[in-house]
Amino acid sequence: MTHSLQDMRPQAAVAAKVFIQRDYTNGTVCQFQTKFPSELETRIDKQQFEETVRMLNNLYAEAEKLGSQSYIEGCLACLTAYTVFLCMETHYEKMLKKIAKYIQEQNDKIYAPRGLLLTDPIERGLRVIEVTIFEDRSLTR
Amino acid sequence: MKNCEYQQIDPQALSTPTPTPPPHQGNEPEKKTEPKRPKRKWEVFPGKNRFYCDGRLIVARQSGVLPLTVGLILVTSGLFFIFDCPFLVKHLTSCIPVIGGVLFVFVIITLLQTSFTDPGILPRATPDEAADIEKQIDNTGNTSYRPPPRTKEVLINQQVVKLKYCFTCKMFRPPRTSHCSLCDNCVERFDHHCPWVGNCVGKRNYRFFYTFIVSLSFLTAFIFGCVTTHLALRAQGGKGLVFALQESPGSAVELVICFFSVWSILGLSGFHTYLVASNLTTNEDIKGSWSGKSGEDVTNPYSHKNIFINCCSVLCAPMPPSLIDRRGFLPADESAQTGGTDIELPTLATKSEINVCTQGTKGLLESAALPPLLSTSCPQGKPQTAHPCPDISPAVNSDPSPELSTGCGAHHRASSHRDASPPRHTKTRSKKCKRAALHISNPAFDAPVSPTSPDTGPGSKGRGHKGASFAPLH
Repeated sequence: MTHSLQDMRPQAAVAAKVFIQRDYTNGTVCQFQTKFPSELETRIDKQQFEETVRMLNNLYAEAEKLGSQSYIEGCLACLTAYTVFLCMETHYEKMLKKIAKYIQEQNDKIYAPRGLLLTDPIERGLRVIEVTIFEDRSLTR
Repeated sequence: MKNCEYQQIDPQALSTPTPTPPPHQGNEPEKKTEPKRPKRKWEVFPGKNRFYCDGRLIVARQSGVLPLTVGLILVTSGLFFIFDCPFLVKHLTSCIPVIGGVLFVFVIITLLQTSFTDPGILPRATPDEAADIEKQIDNTGNTSYRPPPRTKEVLINQQVVKLKYCFTCKMFRPPRTSHCSLCDNCVERFDHHCPWVGNCVGKRNYRFFYTFIVSLSFLTAFIFGCVTTHLALRAQGGKGLVFALQESPGSAVELVICFFSVWSILGLSGFHTYLVASNLTTNEDIKGSWSGKSGEDVTNPYSHKNIFINCCSVLCAPMPPSLIDRRGFLPADESAQTGGTDIELPTLATKSEINVCTQGTKGLLESAALPPLLSTSCPQGKPQTAHPCPDISPAVNSDPSPELSTGCGAHHRASSHRDASPPRHTKTRSKKCKRAALHISNPAFDAPVSPTSPDTGPGSKGRGHKGASFAPLH
């Protein structure tokens, strides 16, 4: 979806790309560092950006959460020799769709007007959040 | 409404080729502005993998002894149903073929799922990412080229863990990720590369693998028990074992196969149960990452310190998505941006999809040229069927070795498989071609980000067939 957003906007020069790396302090769960990169200081509010990353972290944590629902899903899947994965959409996939929608929303409302673009981490193997900074040809509204 | 006036044309957009009129087929479904069929990402995948069913199934390029595994299971189970079941149904109970059937189906399904599921391959870093990482490391202002330092330390649950830099994938490997030299991919939560299933075992297919070996232990033990009972019943009344074997020769074959495999498979299941309960991978266990060998107080930072929670988190956790998006289409401008090797790969990848025979022969010649890997003696204990592996390569093979009853014996890692493989490989070449042609009709076992389409499966599979066969014409 972020690709289509990129195609829709008139081609702008990419000034820089910032990569928000993963935060492994809690293990291998998917979390991103909330540290505000210095390259974005001129473009966006620190609170705003950290709020976006925090929200993404929450969504990913929910996707990977070990709760009673995931246990039931897992046991049911095991009993059917995991063939349910062919028919059912897994919890993680549902969350990924939610995340994609959230990123699209954020891009439309907050980042695109500032000449920034967030790339969904799933397109980068859940390794980084890629923030593309476009050259600022005009003042934002 | 004021829109942002980004008027400068992206110079990269100018490099897209002007569309030429299509050669003969004018009704390709996804044709937009490009004359060629848009490529799917699996076609330019840089790792050593093979893809079937238009990217739905993924397997390592060296399929190891997967045909042997399937063959052994089919032969043993077939003999069981033909020779033993009729007798046992008559003399004992008709539950026996039912139980056997259920176990057999379980084993085959989980085996195929282990083999054809993406184990958790990490896509390689994009050029921008790689440049960013190198910039971060090399920001001392040193302009002379120097390879990035190999490790980065992070604190995970108050435990210091070193992350290594992968020169092939151009990124720092996440924790528990290892680069498999056989598949040339970084795999998340890398356990080992299993030649018996012809694939790596990693985060996404570990549960399939575990279910496979557990159900296989049950199946083997069950068949062994039934065959023994069958022969014992036949030999009753003073007739003797030889008479019983003569009456039912298939049982003799089953007895031999099951006797030798039940120990190794039970051992392997026991070993992996231990790994699951302590949330360890084979790789970590063999390297002794958390056993405190170096004298420091190290504990496994990923363990939940509770056997039940560990088991649940490994086996019942939400199924992670495939990160490599095999069936996604390549954006037109990115196909020009991918590295030089990737441009050559499409022809190779599509060719290998169709012509598995030549690929395999080439691989055979390559592997024959490799020097034999070192022969470390195996630990004497039976459960430890995985070989100790010095850090030449992180690819650790689990080796149930049904034929050899002496634990690991002199069975080296991949070397023996490669050296002993010529007869096997030539035999299995024809099987492989048939299999590629048959296109095993299991739809995607794992759903990539775009929703799977079991309902459009046959249709797109048909398209995939056509795609594979038309590819060389480009």
